[in-house]
Amino acid sequence: MKLLNLQRKMARAVMMPLTPAENMRRYAPNGRPMRAVAAEFIKPNDRLTSFERLEIYNKQYWYRVLASISDDFPGLCAVLGDQRFEAMAKAYINDCPSRSFTLRNQCARLESWMQRHPKWAGTRQKLALDMVRLEWADIEAFDGKAEPPLRTEDVAGANPATLRLKLQPYIRLLDLRYPVDDLALEMRAPVDSEVASNAFYERKKRKRVQAVARLKPSRIYLIVHRMDYSVYFRRLEREEFVILTALRDGKTLKRAVDTAFRNSSIPAADQPARIEKWFRGWAAMGWFFRPERSSAKS
Amino acid sequence: MPANRFNGFTEYGVGIGLRIPHFHHILTRKPTVDWFEIISENFMIDGGRPLRTLDQILEQYRVVQHGVSMYFGSAERPNREHLRRLKDLVKRTKTPWLSDHLCWGSVDGRYTHDLLPMPYTFEAARITAQKIREVRDYLEIPLVVENVSSYAEFHASEMSEWEFLNEVVEGADCGILLDVNNIYVSSQNHSFNPMEYVNSVPAHRVAQIHIAGHSKYRKYILDTHDHPVIDPVWTLYARAIERVGHTATLLEWDDRIPSFDEVHNEALKANKYLASASLATAV
Repeated sequence: MKLLNLQRKMARAVMMPLTPAENMRRYAPNGRPMRAVAAEFIKPNDRLTSFERLEIYNKQYWYRVLASISDDFPGLCAVLGDQRFEAMAKAYINDCPSRSFTLRNQCARLESWMQRHPKWAGTRQKLALDMVRLEWADIEAFDGKAEPPLRTEDVAGANPATLRLKLQPYIRLLDLRYPVDDLALEMRAPVDSEVASNAFYERKKRKRVQAVARLKPSRIYLIVHRMDYSVYFRRLEREEFVILTALRDGKTLKRAVDTAFRNSSIPAADQPARIEKWFRGWAAMGWFFRPERSSAKS
Repeated sequence: MPANRFNGFTEYGVGIGLRIPHFHHILTRKPTVDWFEIISENFMIDGGRPLRTLDQILEQYRVVQHGVSMYFGSAERPNREHLRRLKDLVKRTKTPWLSDHLCWGSVDGRYTHDLLPMPYTFEAARITAQKIREVRDYLEIPLVVENVSSYAEFHASEMSEWEFLNEVVEGADCGILLDVNNIYVSSQNHSFNPMEYVNSVPAHRVAQIHIAGHSKYRKYILDTHDHPVIDPVWTLYARAIERVGHTATLLEWDDRIPSFDEVHNEALKANKYLASASLATAV
């Protein structure tokens, strides 16, 4: 058997979903007995059949990829519940096996997949999608690229009608229908595993479920950013969010501000002071990065 | 020996794997450690805390890169994005050599994230050696390949695992990261004599040695890296050192990771064997 054919055959078996009892399935999707499939290319030994040897890899694959999703999406697990989360994760991995050399990217397609498969979240679809977006943003903000931050002198004298400011690549802006940041922060609360008892974990789990049950729809605008190498969530006013989103999308400063205050409830007289306050805060956080010298004042 | 072209003519001693639970201890206590091995993929990112921590480690320590997903044995071509990011990291760490596994794990662009065993065929050896050469030419750094633990053997195999290893490294003209724990695990799973394996490895190509613990189940052994090194593995290590000479040695401990001191002290047990090798060379 040629190397490529053998690898395709083995990969199909290794990535095939396990049974509910977490064993290798008895039959391949085409109906062939897996005992026969395994025996075609794997030798038995004096202790294990071909099927059992292949099953070791089949189990290891699923344990590894499921553990990775669980680590990355504890909030989604809280929203869906343990059993539904696990079933959803298996279905996702089966539909969207990893196409990256790193497990870090395994769930890059989870949000779009969940949108196409609403049955997994049921009545909590919107809440679940918000949580996926937040937890994925958390991953991207954690190890995204940072550019040298903008300095005042970089934009001194610039014309707002032509000035385009750029957001740090690690920043993510989220328009959410639920205040999932509260739940995510609850999930992040540190646990001292050495002193925590089983009873403690049970209480914590109950608290998580209660926190999910309490979540009511409430639109929030969130920036997921990084400071001193730690990821933070910060709620924004709608106008702040619109300005930052417009700047991220390449609009000029003037256009971004005009868009933000169209139909704004903030009185016109208060807007200049508000803008100045926001920009001072954003600059202090280093959210803009230094543009090419030639384009900064264009 | 063992400073050779496969480890960049370095003479590293005993190192340990750089793992997150130890970051704080290392950065605050600055323990004396000859070198750290990093998992390349953990740092093939664009920014953030992992790279910041790596830079802090690089200010104080020597670092060698060890990969887990190059999949030299996969029939498909190397992933260009993977190679680009790996080269960026090589420039950052200035690793004197770079290791990854003699295995496969992806096909048709789909990744299993596992170290799957090779069929020991001449075709597989030729494809694998070609890929190692291609990666080395791109990265411009000595490459060494590590033997993996395995739980299955193929009907298609035309030679033993150690013959396959020799066929690949000769074809690629690359070095070997000899994992004596993996040899032990596979020997138990496939009923071969591990000492025959150690005795068959081309000593002049060994650039580094791995030691580790594993987990024993009723019908097989799993390479879990979550225990101390057992005596039979130390015996294989002693023989390897006897053949190869004083070689860069690294303890892998990846699960249920104990304190830094416990891991480091376990690794430092290798010095007993390395000292004997040095003495033999001197005599």
